[in-house]
Amino acid sequence: MIKIENITKKFGRLDVLKGIDLEISPGKITAILGPNGSGKSTLIKSVLGMVIPDSGNISIDGVSVLGDWKYRNKISYLPQIASFPENLTVKNLIRMLKDIRQQPANESFLISLFKIEEFLDKRIKHLSGGTRQKVNLLLACMFNNPIIILDEPTTGLDPVSVVNLKNLIRQQKEEGTTIIFTTHIMSLVDDLADEIVFLLEGNIHYQGTKEQLKEKNKSKDLELAIANMLVEKKEIKLDSKPFRYVESLAI
Amino acid sequence: MWKVWQYSAYDLLRSRWTYIYFAFFLIVSFSLLRMSSSLMMAVVSLVNIVNILIPLIGTIFGAIYFYNSREFMELLISQPLKRRSLFLGHYLGLASSLAGSFLLGMGIPFVFFRIWQSDQFGNFLSLMFTGILLTFIFVGIAYLIALLNDNKVKGFGIAIVVWLFMVVLYDGLFILLLVAFEDYPLEKFSLAASFLNPVDLSRIFVMLKLDIAALMGYTGAVFSKFLGSSNGIFLSVALMLIWIFVPLLAYLRIARKKDF
Amino acid sequence: MRKLLFGLLGAFMLIGVGSFADSDTIRVSREGKLNSISTAIQQAKDGDVILISPGIYDEQEVVVDKSVSIIGIDYPVLEGAGKKHDVLIVKHDSVIINGLRIRNVQTDYIRDLSAINVQANHCIVENNRLDNTFFGIYLQKCRGNIVRNNIVEGEAKNEISSGNAVHLWYCQNTSVINNSFKNHRDGIYLEFSDSIEITNNVSEGNLRYGLHFMFSNHNVYSGNTFKSNGAGVAVMFSRHIIMKNNDFTSNWGSASYGLLLKEIYDGEITGNRFTSNTIGIYGESANRLIVADNDFERNGWALRILGSCADNTFTHNNFIGNSFDLGTNASQKTNVYKNNFWASYSGYDLNHDGVGDVPYKPVNLFSYLVERIPQSILLHRGMFIQVLNYAEKVAPIFTPEDLADNAPLMKKIKR
Repeated sequence: MIKIENITKKFGRLDVLKGIDLEISPGKITAILGPNGSGKSTLIKSVLGMVIPDSGNISIDGVSVLGDWKYRNKISYLPQIASFPENLTVKNLIRMLKDIRQQPANESFLISLFKIEEFLDKRIKHLSGGTRQKVNLLLACMFNNPIIILDEPTTGLDPVSVVNLKNLIRQQKEEGTTIIFTTHIMSLVDDLADEIVFLLEGNIHYQGTKEQLKEKNKSKDLELAIANMLVEKKEIKLDSKPFRYVESLAI
Repeated sequence: MWKVWQYSAYDLLRSRWTYIYFAFFLIVSFSLLRMSSSLMMAVVSLVNIVNILIPLIGTIFGAIYFYNSREFMELLISQPLKRRSLFLGHYLGLASSLAGSFLLGMGIPFVFFRIWQSDQFGNFLSLMFTGILLTFIFVGIAYLIALLNDNKVKGFGIAIVVWLFMVVLYDGLFILLLVAFEDYPLEKFSLAASFLNPVDLSRIFVMLKLDIAALMGYTGAVFSKFLGSSNGIFLSVALMLIWIFVPLLAYLRIARKKDF
Repeated sequence: MRKLLFGLLGAFMLIGVGSFADSDTIRVSREGKLNSISTAIQQAKDGDVILISPGIYDEQEVVVDKSVSIIGIDYPVLEGAGKKHDVLIVKHDSVIINGLRIRNVQTDYIRDLSAINVQANHCIVENNRLDNTFFGIYLQKCRGNIVRNNIVEGEAKNEISSGNAVHLWYCQNTSVINNSFKNHRDGIYLEFSDSIEITNNVSEGNLRYGLHFMFSNHNVYSGNTFKSNGAGVAVMFSRHIIMKNNDFTSNWGSASYGLLLKEIYDGEITGNRFTSNTIGIYGESANRLIVADNDFERNGWALRILGSCADNTFTHNNFIGNSFDLGTNASQKTNVYKNNFWASYSGYDLNHDGVGDVPYKPVNLFSYLVERIPQSILLHRGMFIQVLNYAEKVAPIFTPEDLADNAPLMKKIKR
């Protein structure tokens, strides 16, 4: 279980996280949502140790992870924008990550799933954006780790690959993996997520199951439910031009 | 650390810039050896090239490579790696491959000219040695600057200014001070001033054995004696190492706390 | 020169006449009945030849007071160790000393002890080997002597406790030819000596000077090699010295010169080669000299001519690969530089007459700066200095405006 206690983070004068308390249940799929700049990536990166929080604590299975690095053995991560040393081939990269992690990997399954056999000996700089994202996914998912964190996993993917990815995530869940992802695609949340965490201006605006959210907002459509939630909040605060904030969701 | 080193070095080994750098030294060193009237004159000309170009390429290429690898480093940070090993490995990857290109590019023509049989062998070795140290120094400085400045344009600007300062402006200030205080004894000041800048230090380290010492009269003899003694060699190498380690440690320290 | 010739002729005639009369040959050997050189001289008469067989002769001061020829066979050794006097003193004219080996003359701080001390005229000292002699061949108040084909090697450690290989004091018309001088204080030292000819000697590794003139006028030295001495040649307080076709090589060190000129007038420096010296020619109060047809290569400074030098002419010299072509503290032009080849000249020659169309300025800003602040040499070959020199070349501010070769040659002068 991932336990986040009262995390704060400032970038310069900007408060990005304003005291987040969160428990992520094991074996579930959690979607972290929120408008741009709400602190999604910062939260994820804090868990991964890429961003160092100003205060608060993060623990996994009861052990604090701040300042540690070995715990990352248990986490697979898909970065939002991944770039690799340009002159290495896909094969080189696979070997490198296996080298670094010293873990067994099932890369051949993923290679055929995403159909990247023909690119294995190509240098990264010669690959298209979509193919790069597939390689990115391959590298993130090829290890069997108890926790997977995906930052915008569908960016740049073709529909077939999106379907494949969804199946992959479901399959992982069945194996008992804890999965966390961020996205702007609401259908993906609807399809996959068990739990939803909604961040707004550095605070948790909503946390609960998908069903609870729909019920609360009296809507069967998740997209609408979230939009409602946002509008509601803003109206209280600013009492004008509610739809503007719907736009700003960038859905 | 060695894995990160291994893969960044491997990446650079397949980069054409590494080969351009290698070929540059190969051509320059070969043609100077062919055209110079003596091996000594070739070494003298190369001292110049080494002391200007290695800092330049070290800073500029260091900054470019660091900025280009930022996302890759982010990926690596999320891996079970200690930050220090990651950043050190990456630095060593670039510094060692630049040093390798220099060593081979410059060295091969000299081997061709049977340098080990010549009286310039010692000077050649000093030149190689200072060239390698300068590579490590300036890649370290470039990495520190790039890490401190997320803005690429600003980072490049600072890197070039630092290069310009070390290679050109520092000497200008040095001269201004010499002229301003010419009525005072300047031996200690000039010795200290030239020891504080790694570019000057490495140039003098080689040139003292070539012609500076003799041109300098009594002071030169003192310098030459000092630098030629084991103490002097120890001190100059120690200072060069400080110039490697201070920026590098600062870089590693900042990298430890840096958010990505 | 004429004086010298007559002197020589005289010497030969004397010897000739002597031997025609009735010259005897006296043999000295360690094993024989006559085993002392001094005794042999006592028994000899003018014109006799004393032949000395190999062996070590450990005698008191040998005084040659008759005009005899002392000739060693296979280098008999005259030992100087442990004696407070010269080994051999020549006190009679027309003596020949040939083929001896003299060694280990004592160092003395009061008297200039030497291997061969010549106080007479028209003598010949030739083919001798002098090892570790405090002073080698010492000529005083004499004329018409010849010193040739000797090898004089010292073991000098410092200037105070060492002597000169050849020392001339108040001498005239003397020739020093084809000798080799090593590891002394000065290779050849001249004081108050005029009309001396010094030719084809090699002077190497001497602590102070390879050749040293003090108050000596009308002398000629040519075809000599001066290598790795404190300074190659020092000419001081002397007039009318002709310096021709010599090699000044590797006089390299913090206070080294190829040729040091101080208070001299009316000399000629022609056809010499200055290679790898800290300073090729250093001039202080040197006047009315002609410096022509010399090659200056790979010196620290090819020339260092102070402002006290005037009316000298530098022409048809090659300047190649010197760190500085000319160093000076002069603020105006007092000497003439014309028709030299300067390798670092970057001008052009539009009319192809072999003479560059723009003047060459041999004093660059950095050499000016180094002259003023010697410590600034530490910046030598730094990039800033190169930028500075270029800027000064384009727009001169500090360096003397008119100090230039107005007709520099485009091509190296072939010799």
